[in-house]
Amino acid sequence: MNALLVTLRRDLRLAARRPAEVATSLVFFIVVVSLFPLGIGPEVTLLQRIAPGVIWVAALLATLLGLPRLFAADHADGTLEQQLLSPQPQVPLVAGKVLAHWLLCGLPLVLLAPLLGLQFNLDGNVLAVLMLALLLGTPVLSLVGAVGAALTLGVRGGGALVALLMLPLYVPTLVFGAGAAEAAAAGLAAGPQLSLLGALLIVALLFMPWAATAALRIALE
Amino acid sequence: MQWNSAREFFLMGGYAFYVWGSVGACALAMLAEPWLIRRQRQAIERALRASLDASADEVPRP
Amino acid sequence: MDMNPSARWLRFASPAAFYPLAGRLQRVFACAAALLALAGLWVGFFVAPTDAQQGEGYRIIFVHVPASWMSMVVYCAMAFWAGVGLVFNTRLSAMMATALAPTGALFALLSLVTGSLWGKPMWGTWWVWDARLTSELILFFLYLGFIALQAAIDDPRRADKAGAVLALVGVVNVPIIYFSVKWWNTLHQGASVSLTRSPSMAATMLAGMLLMALAFWAYAVAMALARVRNIILERERHTEWVRDAVEQRS
Repeated sequence: MNALLVTLRRDLRLAARRPAEVATSLVFFIVVVSLFPLGIGPEVTLLQRIAPGVIWVAALLATLLGLPRLFAADHADGTLEQQLLSPQPQVPLVAGKVLAHWLLCGLPLVLLAPLLGLQFNLDGNVLAVLMLALLLGTPVLSLVGAVGAALTLGVRGGGALVALLMLPLYVPTLVFGAGAAEAAAAGLAAGPQLSLLGALLIVALLFMPWAATAALRIALE
Repeated sequence: MQWNSAREFFLMGGYAFYVWGSVGACALAMLAEPWLIRRQRQAIERALRASLDASADEVPRP
Repeated sequence: MDMNPSARWLRFASPAAFYPLAGRLQRVFACAAALLALAGLWVGFFVAPTDAQQGEGYRIIFVHVPASWMSMVVYCAMAFWAGVGLVFNTRLSAMMATALAPTGALFALLSLVTGSLWGKPMWGTWWVWDARLTSELILFFLYLGFIALQAAIDDPRRADKAGAVLALVGVVNVPIIYFSVKWWNTLHQGASVSLTRSPSMAATMLAGMLLMALAFWAYAVAMALARVRNIILERERHTEWVRDAVEQRS
């Protein structure tokens, strides 16, 4: 637990020194969401219908954009290798980095989503369900993305390769996350989708830190 | 066997393009793939022979 | 020397020992594939009756369904060998996984193409977002990801292990992805617009499909064995036995 908190504090402090990096994914999120009305037209009912899907896809892409930041900087100056060689347990260390990534990239998306939802004229209850779905889903995106970031550490192909690897694995989160908000918009209960998102989160929490650590060890040996 | 004539068989009740297109796509793929594997193998052997000739005087590494 | 049986089989975990065996097996499976395909096509096109609803157009299932089934089977086999390679640190298992991937991807692509050709006359559109076709598309992306990852990593052992982690994460996710896509499909389309056959399929149709599935399977094995031989030659090119083998053939 200690290793997790120490890593978390360190990563957050490092990110605080470079706020521009963190802000980039958020601005990307906002810009992508704003592109859709420009591409599709400003008709209100149409935008209301596509809003959950659009916001979710933008969240996926914004997360993908921020994934290299998980390990690349520490890998470049050798810190990552030192961290893994240290007597500290590796899995909590990796978990701490993923948690930092989510706090910096995922949580802000959750907080920004209602504002963007208003741009698409979504109702209050739909916005609430959307926020809750993103709150459950963005950690899954960070956790699964960590495996992708670790596998492609230092590999050419960069962002496009990670996207190709991760997007199929992101489909269930996308389906249930957007589905929850769409159910709320249709006046139905979003309980089933949210429970499934919760289940995905639990499974991801149990397995992904291990998989990411294994992938890091492979990348660094 | 229910085909009254060869023509009927090829027409496939009007679905000729779709049925033969599908079978044709699979046949094409399953001929192209082994051919490509063979081509790759020949390239590997060629490269190996070239390097063997070039280093004919070197002691082979285990 | 009298080896115990398991040691005799373990001998083939060495690429040098497996190479000639793979060559012999490859020919056996290629013949089997050809014979099974002939039998399957015979049953499918000359024995199976015309369908009441879809006329002769339904006969696409004799290639579409085997391609779909095998794309799934090959992915599982790929993940299995990748996992074995990761756990036991055996090079040959990992090479087998790499050898299986392109054939599996090809089957997934054929499944999509034939599914499209089936959908157009039956449903009027070139693409149907039904659960099976959409899942097949995602499976195709999973294959491409595996191939791309291994192609991008220069060090062969790192490529083996990284691909293995990806394949294992993928194989665990495939049921989840399929379930979520099924959910998504029923939610958005109500009545299932699906390319699956009705349960009352004539026995001859089923027989034709099974024969073709076995043919595709034998073909996949033959291709994987051929490809793994190439990989072995490439990766073991600094060994004496490879040099001898290549010199012998020239």
